[in-house]
Amino acid sequence: MESINQIQDAIIEEFSFFGDWLEKYEYIIELGKDLPLIDEQYKTEDYLVRGCQSKVWLHANLEDGKVVFKADSDAVITKGIIALLIRVLSGHSPQEILDADLYFLDKIGLKEHLSPTRANGLVSMLKQMKLYALAFQKQLTGKNE
Amino acid sequence: MSGNLATTGVFDVEAVRKDFPILQREMNGQPLCFLDTAASSQKPLPVLQAMDNYYRQHHANVHRGVYQLSQEATDMFEAARKAVQRFIGAREEHEVIFTRGTTESINLVASSFGSAFLKPGDEVLITWMEHHSNIVPWQLICERTGATLRVVPISDEGELDMDALGQYLQGPVKILALTHVSNTLGTINPIREIVKMAHQYGIPVLVDGAQAVPHSPVNVSELDVDFYAFSGHKMYGPTGIGILFGKTAWLEKMPPYHGGGEMISRVTFEKTTYNELPFKFEAGTPDIAGSVGLHAAIEYLQGIGLNNIAEHENELLKYGTELLREIPGLRLIGNASNKAGLLSFVVEGTHPYDIGTLLDKMGIAVRTGHHCTEPIMDRFGIPGTVRASFGMYTTKAELDRLAAGIKRAVKLLL
Ligand SMILES: Cc1ncc(COP(=O)(O)O)c(C=O)c1O
Repeated sequence: MESINQIQDAIIEEFSFFGDWLEKYEYIIELGKDLPLIDEQYKTEDYLVRGCQSKVWLHANLEDGKVVFKADSDAVITKGIIALLIRVLSGHSPQEILDADLYFLDKIGLKEHLSPTRANGLVSMLKQMKLYALAFQKQLTGKNE
Repeated sequence: MSGNLATTGVFDVEAVRKDFPILQREMNGQPLCFLDTAASSQKPLPVLQAMDNYYRQHHANVHRGVYQLSQEATDMFEAARKAVQRFIGAREEHEVIFTRGTTESINLVASSFGSAFLKPGDEVLITWMEHHSNIVPWQLICERTGATLRVVPISDEGELDMDALGQYLQGPVKILALTHVSNTLGTINPIREIVKMAHQYGIPVLVDGAQAVPHSPVNVSELDVDFYAFSGHKMYGPTGIGILFGKTAWLEKMPPYHGGGEMISRVTFEKTTYNELPFKFEAGTPDIAGSVGLHAAIEYLQGIGLNNIAEHENELLKYGTELLREIPGLRLIGNASNKAGLLSFVVEGTHPYDIGTLLDKMGIAVRTGHHCTEPIMDRFGIPGTVRASFGMYTTKAELDRLAAGIKRAVKLLL
């Protein structure tokens, strides 16, 4: 399994081939359309991360010491960016997720989507992902406490 | 000022645009296409120059100094009040109270009027098309006083249900608060008629004029409204200053809103007596530079002529409506027969956020979301809309760009 930073670097490499914003967004929209990210059963208030404009649903599991994230959004661009975030963070240990420095969004020119003024739920989603990781981390280390 | 109509006699949008420096900017490599004037308008040079000149030459605190400079600042501040009075046709200068904006104006009335006149069993009437600024202050005061908030419904076209309004007014209503123009639907409410209906029952009316004042002539005496609230920044003036017009009789009966300097006549620890109107409602140092900028904005608006602006924006509305109606799957939200210059819409199978994001990439600034009117979104069962709103500087070419941009975005998204 690649590390979080290896995946980030791979994404940056992929995005470097896009000539303009159009190609970039076409790709993100495709990612958004292609991925059935979450089971309908999790698309409820309980898993809703409130953004002001687009809704985001997030669900996490701990499998063999790794966190598996599933998420979805009603806006397709938001969903495409979620797909990237999941590709980077899902399948890693809680500690790795807690330590992760997400530099790839800045490097591929999508940082604006993580601005709180966008109110698209992505900032809250990232915070929620870290909270899940923290909770799982406690579960894992809880045995020693 | 090339855009000044008073000197040329005809409305020339290209000349007007030259007065707005920000319109020269590029966004994402394209000329800025600014279609979010309903959220806040851009500022013409005379407003910028007036504020700059004020700070360079005349600034001191108002109503306090015996010295010349303070007198100059005070004169400018009070001249702005007089300009507002004439602009909206208020009978008295002291009926014009400076606030931070529409939101503060409404909070002032809700809080002061409410604490004086509301008790359990009373009703406050608002409508389904209100901005959160004209909902939440009333919810707060209703909670505090035990009064009940009632909401007049709207039709599928986005027009106020006048029959329902007539019925609701027969209840124990103490005040009716409604918008002049809806910032989400564009609906222009028949304020004169509504005020007449309410006054038959002795019910005072507060009107949220944030979206009306910049777009067509408003005369508070002719409308016979009891309170009228609006914001400087939506009428080509600076942010941070707003206006509350209130009829003298009501303002005198209402307790102060904020306490502090300026608003008192005498202070002892036992008892403080309050200053006269309008100062009773203007605690602390006001936004003096803002008032100067607002004054310049009013003169600019008068120079162009509000009738000319209304006509220009109406034409844009007609033009834009036709353009957007041609786009497959596009649904306009708000189809009132009397409508102001904005287009709110959703496109089937797409999310407003996605459309807004892609339009931004094409240099087109629109607003997406619920526009601080969540009840309207619930009413129409949509997550939000894309809203393009016009100002005096908006052109048909920009609406062409908008329509082309939407088509392009939809193609990418579907
Ligand atoms: C109809 C309406 N009312 C009230 C407001 C609030 O104005 P402000 O934010 O300037 O107080 C707005 C602006 O967003 C508005 O459009």
